[in-house]
Amino acid sequence: MDGFAKYLARRFLQFILVIFLGVSLAFLITHLSPVDPVEQSVSLMTNFGATDPRSVELLRAALSELYGLQGSFFEQYLAFWGRVLHGDFGPSLSSFPTPVMSLIMGALPWTVGLLTLSVLIAWCLGNLLGALAGYFRSNILLKLSGAAVMALHPVPAYIIGLLLLLTFGFVWPVLPISGGAQMNLQPGFSLVFIGSVIQHGLLPALTLVLVGIGSWFISMRSLVSNIVTDDHVVYAELGGVSSATIFSQYVARNALLPQLTGLALSLGNVFGGAVITEFLFNYPGVGRLLIQGIYSGDYSLVLGVTTMSIVAVAVAVFIIDLVYPLIDPRVRLG
Amino acid sequence: MFSILRDLLRFNVEFLVGFVLTALIFLFAAAHFFAPYPDTAIYLLPPDMPPSAEFWLGTTSRGQDVFWQMSAAIWNTMTFGLVVMILSRIVALAVGMLSGYLGGKADQALMTINDTLIALPNIPILLLVYFVMRDQMTWPLLAVTAALLGWNYDARLIRSVTLSLRNREFTRHAVFAGMSVPQVLVRQHLPYVMPVVFFTAMNNLIWAIGLEVTLSVLGFSDVNRPTVGGMIYWANQHQAAVSGIWWWLVFPIVAVVLLFLGLFLLAISINEYIDPRSRLSRMGG
Repeated sequence: MDGFAKYLARRFLQFILVIFLGVSLAFLITHLSPVDPVEQSVSLMTNFGATDPRSVELLRAALSELYGLQGSFFEQYLAFWGRVLHGDFGPSLSSFPTPVMSLIMGALPWTVGLLTLSVLIAWCLGNLLGALAGYFRSNILLKLSGAAVMALHPVPAYIIGLLLLLTFGFVWPVLPISGGAQMNLQPGFSLVFIGSVIQHGLLPALTLVLVGIGSWFISMRSLVSNIVTDDHVVYAELGGVSSATIFSQYVARNALLPQLTGLALSLGNVFGGAVITEFLFNYPGVGRLLIQGIYSGDYSLVLGVTTMSIVAVAVAVFIIDLVYPLIDPRVRLG
Repeated sequence: MFSILRDLLRFNVEFLVGFVLTALIFLFAAAHFFAPYPDTAIYLLPPDMPPSAEFWLGTTSRGQDVFWQMSAAIWNTMTFGLVVMILSRIVALAVGMLSGYLGGKADQALMTINDTLIALPNIPILLLVYFVMRDQMTWPLLAVTAALLGWNYDARLIRSVTLSLRNREFTRHAVFAGMSVPQVLVRQHLPYVMPVVFFTAMNNLIWAIGLEVTLSVLGFSDVNRPTVGGMIYWANQHQAAVSGIWWWLVFPIVAVVLLFLGLFLLAISINEYIDPRSRLSRMGG
């Protein structure tokens, strides 16, 4: 139990460090940049007439208060932490006066749902296929599916998504290519609404699965083909243990441990893919919110989404770290 | 070096295909030096022409020749990828080798920073950098930012190689002979680390090119400089998929997918060459 507590303490410290560094980084990027966000917003607003000097001055003061740009550098830094801890990034400029936080909270379930499902599917399917391909090396069918999965692996999410969109949206229009659910439906636990959500989620989820599956396949296959030559596997084979038992209990189980660590390490990248996919399919998640914020020059929204996504990825990594001891008894027993 | 290349080309089909693909795309990209039109000029040719004898891959709605645009675009995208790759290799080598060789507290500190950076999502941070820089975001700046985000996986890998070299006999000899830490690292350890660096370099190149395509597809780079992502960005801006100008979208996508495939095949076959176990299993059939 002692080892377990130590493990947890170490993981928790890492978690805190990630959040500390990520939030500080977001602060530094925005505050050290040569472009003044207040001036940028002011010029964005005065583009459309309304250039009374007095009102511009008022606007400038209001904006620098809104953005937390008053006081010394260190005071601003502390104030920024206060905002993060309270989850208050002020109102969004592009959809005034809705607070940034409630925009994020509205979008978060979509992203979390899409990501959880597609990451789990990609991870399970990639590992299963990879383990089978590593264990049954001469199977033609597994070799072919491996080649297909590996060919998709280096292609970025946007290109795969665009190909799916063109195929199922224009060439053979069978699936919705935009939005999270049908427009005129009342959100709720009705069969029609849930069906519509699933239908709209199919292409984004498929994109993320196709993007993710390759790396799991490749690393699992090489892990398994190394474990197959280990002494304990050879011994079990000589002892007449059935190949199904060897595969599931002796080989795949051992190979899964580094893959779980890999899952925790890859989440940051996976989130990046989700941002792009959401934008492409106009999916109402956090990623689309971020890109819309950038297009409309909404400083609070962009800063809020970036910070919150750093925190959210850190939380997801921490959750995987908590699950890890359940699978690896060495951590549990210390 | 040349004999390795010859053996790989002769005995490794993946390497052969990857090599030929990458070389063809490189030649195609290099052809933009002989382009008949300047690559940033717009509305120079009749717009929306389908592929024909005069315009091999058609023209865009902005009056550009798709063939020559693509040639320049792939060149620029590859340049970006190479710059990111070289910069991030330098950081990864420095951090990984120092961490592995010094060990102890320094190793712990460096690896804690490394693991922290791995857990940060790259795309939102890059987007934030673009957002605060806006028009001052040039591609070298983007490359430096990407390089600063793209070294941490490989630093860990390099560290593990250096860690195993640290306790070897020749390291002790070198230290007793009075070599300083940089000397030991560069002269004694670097040759052993190089194969791993080479493999990670290929993967990093793929990652960097993917990043460039992704960011410029969204319009988050200098959109007037032709890049593969930039071409898709303009095609989307002009609704090319809806108005049936398929050649504007399809050819860049095909080119970039072929480029990724070529580089990826090179990467895995080089990895296989470096790892003797998989070479043995290939010989065993």
